Amino acid sequence: MLGFILRRVSLVIPTFFGVTLLAFSLIHLIPGDPVETLSGERGMDPARRERLLHEFGLDRPLPVQYADYVWQVLHGDLGTSLTTHEPVMKEFLILFPATIELALCAMLLSVLVGLPAGVLAAVKRNSVADYAVMGVSLTGYSMPIFWWALLLILFFSVQLGWTPVSGRIAVEFDVPATTGFLLIDAIRSGEPGALRSALSHLILPSIALGTIPLAVIARMTRSSMLEVLREDYVRTARAKGVSRLRVIVVHALRNALIPVITVIGLQVGLLLSGAILTETIFSWPGVGNWLIHGVLSRDYPVVQGGILLVATIVITVNLVVDLLYGVVNPRIRHG
Amino acid sequence: MIRISAPRALIAAAMLAAGTLAMAPAQAASTLVFCSEGSPEGFQPQFFSTGTTFDAASVPMFNRLVEFEIGTTNVIPALAEKWDIAPDGKAYTFHLRHGVKFHSNAVFTPTRDFNADDVLFSWNRMADANNPWHKVTAGQTFAYYEDMAMKDIVDHVEKIDPYTVKFVLKRPEAPFIADMAMDFASILSAEYFDSMMKKGTPNAADANPIGTGPWQFSGYQKDATIRYKAFDKHWKGRPKADNLVYSITKDATARFAKLKTGECHVMAFPKPADLEAMRKDPALEVLQKEGLNVGYIAFNTEKKPFDNKLVRQALNMATNKEEILKAVYQGNGQVAKNPIPPILWSYNNNVKDYPYDVAKAKALLAQAGYPNGFEVDLWYLPVTRPYNPDGKRMAEMIQADWEKVGVKAKLITYEWAEYRKRSKTGEQSVMMFGWSGDNGDPDNFFVPLLGCEAVKGGGNVARWCNKEFNDLVQKAAQTPKQADRAKLYEQAQVIAKEEAPWITVAHSIRFTPVRKEVKGFKMDATAHHYFKDVSVSGKGADQ
Repeated sequence: MLGFILRRVSLVIPTFFGVTLLAFSLIHLIPGDPVETLSGERGMDPARRERLLHEFGLDRPLPVQYADYVWQVLHGDLGTSLTTHEPVMKEFLILFPATIELALCAMLLSVLVGLPAGVLAAVKRNSVADYAVMGVSLTGYSMPIFWWALLLILFFSVQLGWTPVSGRIAVEFDVPATTGFLLIDAIRSGEPGALRSALSHLILPSIALGTIPLAVIARMTRSSMLEVLREDYVRTARAKGVSRLRVIVVHALRNALIPVITVIGLQVGLLLSGAILTETIFSWPGVGNWLIHGVLSRDYPVVQGGILLVATIVITVNLVVDLLYGVVNPRIRHG
Repeated sequence: MIRISAPRALIAAAMLAAGTLAMAPAQAASTLVFCSEGSPEGFQPQFFSTGTTFDAASVPMFNRLVEFEIGTTNVIPALAEKWDIAPDGKAYTFHLRHGVKFHSNAVFTPTRDFNADDVLFSWNRMADANNPWHKVTAGQTFAYYEDMAMKDIVDHVEKIDPYTVKFVLKRPEAPFIADMAMDFASILSAEYFDSMMKKGTPNAADANPIGTGPWQFSGYQKDATIRYKAFDKHWKGRPKADNLVYSITKDATARFAKLKTGECHVMAFPKPADLEAMRKDPALEVLQKEGLNVGYIAFNTEKKPFDNKLVRQALNMATNKEEILKAVYQGNGQVAKNPIPPILWSYNNNVKDYPYDVAKAKALLAQAGYPNGFEVDLWYLPVTRPYNPDGKRMAEMIQADWEKVGVKAKLITYEWAEYRKRSKTGEQSVMMFGWSGDNGDPDNFFVPLLGCEAVKGGGNVARWCNKEFNDLVQKAAQTPKQADRAKLYEQAQVIAKEEAPWITVAHSIRFTPVRKEVKGFKMDATAHHYFKDVSVSGKGADQ
């Protein structure tokens, strides 16, 4: 087992370097630079431009800038935002709980709806329910988040007035951000109505972000269930007179869940990338929103640091999933 | 038979939840919510140069010695009650207002009123590289102070007495008074900064703003909300609303949706495509104001064939601006004949614009030696700007117009930052560009866009340096009386029309949609949003 863990962890190190190189290269490949972004339509004296580039450290050769960046990262310093002049890590820590909260709710929704829907489709194979679940999930999977989110806002918020349009909580609640997780902070604040307001703000973004994972989970559960339902032990259990519900939940679903859990783990990356769009539309103050602004303003440290931090989380989650899978399934461990 | 009803139950639960968790309870009547378009970079107006930051910092929380009258570009007294200009135009003496209070916060309570020390502190911090406060916040620059080339204009500032300060200039500079009304010239509290330095937290003074403005800082949740409280002791009287909240909503469609549902009362920067729906909504009112801007096509006068005036004039005549105004601006603007918009003083209404005249344009081209026209790269804006809602559409129309006189334009664009970068090197032949004024002084259009100095900095994308024009605008900047200056600028506009370094296309109109329960909101000339005299009644609002 130790060998397996070491093998997996050793793979992570080159991945980190790859991510730093990719993030650094991509943001530097985009035309323009932070100084250009500063000046707008206004002209800038070439001498001043040179001075600003020098102050930002952007006048050095790219390999030097990259080496310097990696060196800083290895020392735990992700740099300072070129627009706000705040440390990248500080900004990330302020914003990340909002993203986590949204991603968890979206994940919860996709599991709570996707799993039963997939089971239903498998059990009622080739029925109207099956076609409906698969049809809806295919639509959900193909739906561009941006368009879907706007549609949700227009229908539920503007037309029906059921949910707020965007943000995390109504303006009359000035909840101190002690943990950054607004649901927790709202409960702690003791302000009547704050939790309800925070929850109502979570509904649409969670649906928008959770739709694709929901579709993936539903489809995966269906196919996995179908396979398991054909197994001999399921037939045996039925022959023994075990109730159908028990057969489905205890004998079939438990075994069908193994690949589904892996898929759920993989959705973390998808959720974080989906959060970039969802947060922009719903004015959700998380890292997705922040990264978009970083790219637009060519805030190199924010983009590099943000991508690295998000990638770290995705890599870590996948590593944990891999390790857990190894624990569950010895064949992988020894593979 | 097993009935799996979980999905149905879940859907029902979700519907129920959505229904019961409906809209938040009604807000306090005196909270005004503004859906702003982005997050401020910070709250220290000296450090930054974007309108979004000024709207969140200098406008609500600070004052300048002089300010613009809301809705106009007239400079009116603010922290200075009056000012004298030396006969040679090289010194401005400001007589400061008595009894002006600064805000307080958890770590600072002012012990004195605003006075000359605050003016000296605020200015010297930017101007003097050896000032202990000049570099206190790492990586900060005083961008706008530098952009406005203040170090070439102001020699030093003197304190005459506690309520009189004198700005001594290096040269006469008539636009100086308008410069002093700009956001970067906001007045900070010297006492607050000293107190933070003594506490060992000098950066805190920049991060947690203290000013004399109508609203005092109450809190900022990054990328979500900025909260302000009415400042009871504001020198111009307390704001009408008790609280002001900026609900940061970057997507224009979401801003409109929030305005519709009452989650905000005023919204920034509507999408032109939404205006029709906004006008039809009985709960909304769409305010409009002539923009302090110009959208133009610049010919690179250093390159052939645009070094020839006749070619530039011909293409002016070959461009149907009325049609562009209809199709691109959807009528929300006016055709431009001068580089400055008509709301600016010194606008020369006697200037005759080039008529749209294909035959005459062809004749001029033939006279210039291009009877069969020529091929040219036309750069068009890759983004929507306040002065041009659709660069590509405009380029296509111009392409079709020029085709009629034999000029084949190839449409080219680059990513926005790259576009600007390349334009500053003079790579372009003909390019689309524009400008939104900073301070309502005509100098702020003529010098950065068409002055000889601006060729070097890249702001003059026509790379047009006309001695006669340049001398006139330079002289105007050094002439103290506005009436005399206006005459010089009027002459300069005649030259600019005759020499035709640009096709002046249009001045756009700006729009601000507000809810009907909002009273007293006036649109500003420089695109800031002022809320001191705005009141609101009823309706819930979410952040």
